[in-house]
Amino acid sequence: MTNQADTSTVDDRGGAPAPPEKISAVPVRHPGRWVAAAVLLVLAAMLVHSLLTNPNWKWAVVGQYLFAPRVLHGMLLTIELTALAMAIGIVGGVIVAVMRLSPNPIVSGIAWLYAWFFRGTPVLVQVIFWSFIAALYPYLSLGIPFGTEFVYFDSNKLVPIFVGVVLGFGLNEVAYMSEIVRAGILSVDRGQTEAAEALGMTRTKIMRRIILPQAMRVIIPPTGNETISMLKTTSLAAVVAVGELFTTVQLIYGSNYQQIPLLVVASLWYLVLTSVLSVFQYYIERHYARGTVPLRARGFRFGRAQGGLS
Amino acid sequence: MNPMVKAEGVHKNFGRLEVLKGIDLEVQPGEVMCVIGPSGSGKSTFLRCINHLEKIDAGRLWVDGELVGYRQKGDKLYELRDHEVARKRREIGMVFQRFNLFPHMTAVENVMEAPVQVKRESRAEVRERALALLDQVGLADKANAYPNQLSGGQQQRVAIARALAMRPKLMLFDEPTSALDPELVGDVLAVMRKLAEDGMTMVVVTHEMGFAREVGDSLVFMDGGVVVEKGHPRDVITSPRHERTQSFLAKVL
Ligand SMILES: Nc1ncnc2c1ncn2[C@@H]1O[C@H](COP(=O)(O)OP(=O)(O)OP(=O)(O)O)[C@@H](O)[C@H]1O
Ligand SMILES: [Mg+2]
Repeated sequence: MTNQADTSTVDDRGGAPAPPEKISAVPVRHPGRWVAAAVLLVLAAMLVHSLLTNPNWKWAVVGQYLFAPRVLHGMLLTIELTALAMAIGIVGGVIVAVMRLSPNPIVSGIAWLYAWFFRGTPVLVQVIFWSFIAALYPYLSLGIPFGTEFVYFDSNKLVPIFVGVVLGFGLNEVAYMSEIVRAGILSVDRGQTEAAEALGMTRTKIMRRIILPQAMRVIIPPTGNETISMLKTTSLAAVVAVGELFTTVQLIYGSNYQQIPLLVVASLWYLVLTSVLSVFQYYIERHYARGTVPLRARGFRFGRAQGGLS
Repeated sequence: MNPMVKAEGVHKNFGRLEVLKGIDLEVQPGEVMCVIGPSGSGKSTFLRCINHLEKIDAGRLWVDGELVGYRQKGDKLYELRDHEVARKRREIGMVFQRFNLFPHMTAVENVMEAPVQVKRESRAEVRERALALLDQVGLADKANAYPNQLSGGQQQRVAIARALAMRPKLMLFDEPTSALDPELVGDVLAVMRKLAEDGMTMVVVTHEMGFAREVGDSLVFMDGGVVVEKGHPRDVITSPRHERTQSFLAKVL
């Protein structure tokens, strides 16, 4: 392409068609969007104003407790509970999902029964139940079923309250994760299994190397949801007094009656944690998007929608 | 020498639908057999029986002298275990109409997957071989591309390289060019032709009559779950003996 100053005369000289003129049309206006944005901005300003000027929020108290060691310790427990419960949920979910898809009707039936039971009863009941499992089975033993026992455990030592809570949340999560994983597995084209089978791969290998990595794209977004939801659901552990974040602030405002500021403290930390999780999720999603989207390096952005006002 | 594939009265039903109604065929080592026939005649099903992606309901099927899917002791048949079936499939390459490349792996990773994961060969060695195979199918420069960055013809050639990486003694092709734009068909057929010249035993379900005539050693016409006619491609194409073959050829030629 020539780049001379007199491009407008190309036609006269060579008979070649002039390069098409760049379009400069008036873009479509969206007055509705502007009105909506203005209304929302005013509302947001009112909210911020009230947060800052209403003395009942007691920001000084919030500041005082935000980094209090007790609160931070509670938050740590919340993170531990969430991480452990989700670890159980994901590993167990994959196992139950694979069982559910098994050609053996007994295996798939048991998997179905599991999901039916754990999704059908409230998680709060399950958590309390597991925390008090020691009352139900004071001893646990290993041995031949209905026969000789070799090893005995004292359940109170084996299942302290914290473990009970983790089990309660974890086993419940297995039921939900199994459905998520199953949907992911079913989303992978049948031809993938056939191609892998034709290459001589075994069932487990195919699942691990071919199916699950592709299912991940479908599995991860709802798993992110589950994790964020678990983070907040762990606050239910307050009923059995495991000292996670919510229990801790309840204990504090139980003695100093500063309910509002302490609930703000808890909410702020929950928000921080969920935000961190969202960033994690973004990078995991990008990892598993290999080969499905044109490789384009893009940083993390809150709110992924494109487009703007105009 | 054993025939590479031998079928005796092979039957296959899907529920109450009888798809294969007694197939008798032999493919000799080094032979390129092309299979043609109308849609639904059971071509794909027969091909899939050969590497036991489908179980046969009656008859016998051997690959290189070994029974497919079963072990025979006396006159009793024992079903093979999953990993035994898998081991036998390693010696048979298969190429699908819809490529079925693994989308989460690059071209070279696709080719390396089975030798590394299934045969436990060393990565470095396999990688070298994989790159050589990609070069052989004309895709040396696409080794690091993901399948969705490749054209259909390129994907199919990667799929052929992937199957060859296992050093199979038999290659099965199920309409390898039917999903391709016409201008991409030639590249894939050229790779298959080269493979045939190198002495690979191939069973090719195809509608490419030119390929069947020039590369095929034998041509089989299937219809309604049976082999209607088998012979040298030139004879079958130019002077078909059966009426059904004649009317089918009249439509595709
Ligand atoms: N898994 C299956 N379950 C039930 N029916 C099947 C299954 N696979 C194939 N069939 C049926 O078996 C018959 C033969 O199918 P097959 O795919 O072998 O035909 P084909 O000759 O390859 O046809 P095409 O040229 O369309 O590929 C068809 O009627 C098909 O509907
Ligand atoms: Mg077919």
